[in-house]
Amino acid sequence: MTAFDQSQAAYAAIMPVRTRAQRWRRRYGVAAVGAAIILLWILIAIGCPLLSRYSPNAVDVTIRLKPPSAAHWLGTDELGRDVLTRLLYGSRISLTTGIVVVILGAAFGTLAGGAAAFARGAAEELIMRTTDLVLCFPPIILALAIAAALGIGTLNTIIAMLIVWWPKFARLAHSLVLVQRSQEYVEAATVVGLKPARILLRHIVPNAIGPLIVLVTLDIGNAIITFAGLSFLGLGVVPPTPEWGSMVAEGRELVEQWWVAAFPGFAILTVVLGFNFLGDGVRDWLDPRARRK
Amino acid sequence: MARYIVSRLVLTMAMALLATLVIFLIANLVPGDPILAQLGDVAASNKAFVAEWRAKWGLDLPLLERYLIFLKGLAHGDLGISIASQRPVLEDIAQYAPATIELSTVGFLISVIIGVPLGMLAAIRRDSWVDHLARIISLIGVSSPTFWLAFIMLALFYGGLQIAPGPGRLDPIAFSPPTVTGLFLIDSLIAGDFSTFRDSAAHLVLPSLVLAAATLGLITRTTRASMLDNLHQDYVRVARAKGLAETSIVNGHVLPNALIPIVTLGGLAYANLLTGAVMTETVFSWPGLGRYTFRSAEALDFPAIMGITLVVAATYLIINLIIDLSYAVLDPRVAR
Repeated sequence: MTAFDQSQAAYAAIMPVRTRAQRWRRRYGVAAVGAAIILLWILIAIGCPLLSRYSPNAVDVTIRLKPPSAAHWLGTDELGRDVLTRLLYGSRISLTTGIVVVILGAAFGTLAGGAAAFARGAAEELIMRTTDLVLCFPPIILALAIAAALGIGTLNTIIAMLIVWWPKFARLAHSLVLVQRSQEYVEAATVVGLKPARILLRHIVPNAIGPLIVLVTLDIGNAIITFAGLSFLGLGVVPPTPEWGSMVAEGRELVEQWWVAAFPGFAILTVVLGFNFLGDGVRDWLDPRARRK
Repeated sequence: MARYIVSRLVLTMAMALLATLVIFLIANLVPGDPILAQLGDVAASNKAFVAEWRAKWGLDLPLLERYLIFLKGLAHGDLGISIASQRPVLEDIAQYAPATIELSTVGFLISVIIGVPLGMLAAIRRDSWVDHLARIISLIGVSSPTFWLAFIMLALFYGGLQIAPGPGRLDPIAFSPPTVTGLFLIDSLIAGDFSTFRDSAAHLVLPSLVLAAATLGLITRTTRASMLDNLHQDYVRVARAKGLAETSIVNGHVLPNALIPIVTLGGLAYANLLTGAVMTETVFSWPGLGRYTFRSAEALDFPAIMGITLVVAATYLIINLIIDLSYAVLDPRVAR
């Protein structure tokens, strides 16, 4: 065995040879699975009237609490409504609220945190101490109190969630912009005479946006669980709107008729898993250090 | 060091106070009416009666005056009277807190006892089946809605297999042990009542597992990441080069260095468990602070909500303080 062969063997031992498909799977596999799950749910949310021949709110007490069968794949609930149909329609509220809360929360939080880091001084202190103040409440309790005070309803619950949602984005954006603004390219841009707003939007934001995108992706799952939780407690949607959290609540006493609560909860699990997969994958792309060798 | 602790404590208390102001404003500026929420339809239509109730809780006074009354009471250790239960808020909290503390402490212990070794194994045997199993467990743990997981556990182990006891802290026919700490596990041992101890331990299994699920996922992930960061450091290579056994490298060198992120997350997770018990307590009919909070929020019982917020925010801040202080113990470089 020559020295070259030996080094080749050692190289093969640490770097196993992979086909192109294997490499693709390693690099994008998890994110692709996540994206596929989310895409599937989005298609369901758009096309649910085509997917079921029942109406989500059609009450028929003669067939109440029937177990899964050929006519009703996931059974029927206490009012004889088709669980599968309600589950498909439920994707609309869950996806919309999750995405709306995180996008609006992230937009406001990023703006506040970014502006604070860019402005410095009293404005920074004011914004960041407000952030700390909101962060020192346990989010679910604060959201619960606000949602209860505002009254039941999808919009009110979204408002309550937004109030507790923006600070984590503010804190992240603040630290990201702080790191960027001390970089030389910002100094250079200032010297060239660019306006602060342009420096912030065209130079700092593109450099700092990676971790924000990761947090947004991971957080949508979080927001979906929280909204469903508030609905489960009776604060989210007004009945009989089909929504996963309130469907679990309707079936939670029915231990014998487990299908009423089990399937909607499983739907939440799959969507949230989808966003977690996608978020993990996006993090691996954007952060080369976290990339698996 | 002592000065640092005192200044942190003062700051902590100031933040908690500010937190009550926020909650006070929220509770008073939103459209809901606690009195109307509390009274029945007949009583609510009687104007004189409603006015009398408003006066009873000082709701007819100006906003600022009401907050000052609250602060004055607070200075005397009085959190006010709950509108819903008509009892002092502090008494209510003292009654419901032990159930939550017991539940979340057991849940936290489960997630640490399983999560830390699992995360360590996953890091040491990276890309092996242990690593994949740990990833699947933690992903499902953080992605499952707690209220649904609670239902599934009850339906499966109580309704279906009938090997677990039903909701509640004890059998419906059992008497609670004489109150010393309010923690049934400890109180029953003090009373020497082993059948009650077994009963309350059995009732703790399902809810604490449910509560542990999300935390378990986070602790496993953080342990794995932090161990991986350290496993490739030069000091590990040195330890290997001088011939140390792999177990003593991992337990004696890598783990202590990897602990700080784990402790940070663990502390925050514990604080979250104390408050995140709302869902678990609802499904398992657990008479704890989570249930109490939810009922108070529903009834717009703002003296109770403010009291809970104050206690909870203080707990949060104190746990944060303990985390910061523990850095100095874990890593002498921080104290310098």
